[in-house]
Amino acid sequence: MYDTLKNLSPAQQVGAMFVLVFGLLLLASLSLFLLSMREHEDGQKQQIHQERIGNLSDLLRTSWALIFVFWVAWLTSDITRLVLFALGSFFALREFLTLSPTRQGDHRSLVLAFFVVLPFQYYLVGTEHFDLFTVFIPVYVFLALPVASALANDPVRFLERNAKLQWGIMVCIYGMSHVPALMLLDFPRYDKQNAFLVLFLVLVVQTCMVTQHLVARYRPRPPMAPNISQSFTWQSWGWGMAAGSLLGALLAGITPFMPGQAFGLSLIACVAGSLGHLVMKALKRDRGIPIWRGQGKSVTGAGGMLDRIDSLCFAAPVFFHSVRWYFGL
Amino acid sequence: MSPAPRAETHWRSRAVARVSPLAATVVSLFLLGLIRVLTGAQARWWGCPPKAEQRIYFANHQSHADLVMIWAALPKELRRSTRAVAAREYWTKSSLKRWITTAVFNVIYVSRERNASEDPLEPLIEALADGDSLILFPEGTRGHFDEPQAFKAGLYNLALKFPQVELIPAWIANVQRVMPKGEVVPVPVLCSVTFGAPMQVLPGEDCHAFLQRARSAVIGLRDI
Repeated sequence: MYDTLKNLSPAQQVGAMFVLVFGLLLLASLSLFLLSMREHEDGQKQQIHQERIGNLSDLLRTSWALIFVFWVAWLTSDITRLVLFALGSFFALREFLTLSPTRQGDHRSLVLAFFVVLPFQYYLVGTEHFDLFTVFIPVYVFLALPVASALANDPVRFLERNAKLQWGIMVCIYGMSHVPALMLLDFPRYDKQNAFLVLFLVLVVQTCMVTQHLVARYRPRPPMAPNISQSFTWQSWGWGMAAGSLLGALLAGITPFMPGQAFGLSLIACVAGSLGHLVMKALKRDRGIPIWRGQGKSVTGAGGMLDRIDSLCFAAPVFFHSVRWYFGL
Repeated sequence: MSPAPRAETHWRSRAVARVSPLAATVVSLFLLGLIRVLTGAQARWWGCPPKAEQRIYFANHQSHADLVMIWAALPKELRRSTRAVAAREYWTKSSLKRWITTAVFNVIYVSRERNASEDPLEPLIEALADGDSLILFPEGTRGHFDEPQAFKAGLYNLALKFPQVELIPAWIANVQRVMPKGEVVPVPVLCSVTFGAPMQVLPGEDCHAFLQRARSAVIGLRDI
């Protein structure tokens, strides 16, 4: 079967991959639906059961949405793809900044961040300006935005406000823009199937996160940092790493990597992604909210977006640069 | 007056009358999309469901965008029969503002300046008598602080005159961050409108006590 897959054209391979993934998701959704039909006589058990089902279906919905978006991204042209990811950045940053205490003096910097930095970063990706793309935000924007804030003549909590804005830009724009940037990597003997590399990264990181979540839920252990995350234990983390990296090694046939390389790179992406998720959790605790959409708080939105993509935002730049460095691209 | 110019204005106003409804639909769709992208425009029906009953929604007022925000947060079916109350002095300053507020939002203008000869509530009473719902900002003007200013008596008087109309407090969160005073370009920040439980003037309750109660009902929605 592996040989048959090897002999297909790249486009067919990717297509087959999507069929497989959609099939798996469908299977998971179906079994979850059947499970939700089961009734417990005990009222309390029933409630726990229902809560579990709700939690799982939430997770499944995220996976559906992510895979669907990447499927669309694969089907469509480069520009649509960029716009899609730029919109992702936009909504993530909107969520991030909603919960940061910005003041009126930050208004100009915010306008710059949303309407200048964000489009320009994606423009750099689209026009393959590699060198500027990697330093534009960490160097130029880092220096320019505080100037806009300083000119607004408001010294109250200046460092805090600027640090939060910089952080949001780094995670939501810089991190996210590395996902479509994978398309630009020019591997020898890997004729332009880079869309697949994007899917590879997303699948690996998402598998790692889902496994970690499930292990933490059903095999609870004392958490490592209970004030930040109740679900982060070394055990669940280890399982997540293992699952993500193994999947990466299995998928090696359709990437430019050898299985060993794919394993190592997936491991790097998973470590960055899951630890990044932990860091974002710490940020949320600081703002006193359980999830980004701020359930039960007055500041809300259509969101929860950042919650779902933060691990990807951390994994993508690390993955991108390790690949580039290792293969000398 | 010669007949020629009269014919021209006649033709022009007819053209405007024909194009205006279409343009209003286009503009309202555009504004809705823009607001959803910028703010999420989330409605949280915490104290009551969105129902097509005659209601007076009253909310805190921090920004001119409040009007657009609460309009966008209402479901489409209610938007048509719910009219916001807006300050005539600000919203009729330019012809574009006037057109948007009349053709798109269908607002009711009230004058801030008191005029001895007319009751400022007159147009509101008319609209309520027609069966429309109202969106009211009882502070009368935009506040600059987290807490709304003292409410004006109009709400109480309307409630006395129309006891069957439900009074719904609402808290609009975050809009002042989207476009602070004096800025032109809006910034994307998630905003929400929280609708509270209906309230009524209690028997024998005086104006001051009721307004106090209404104001704390609005503030109470902030932290939900």
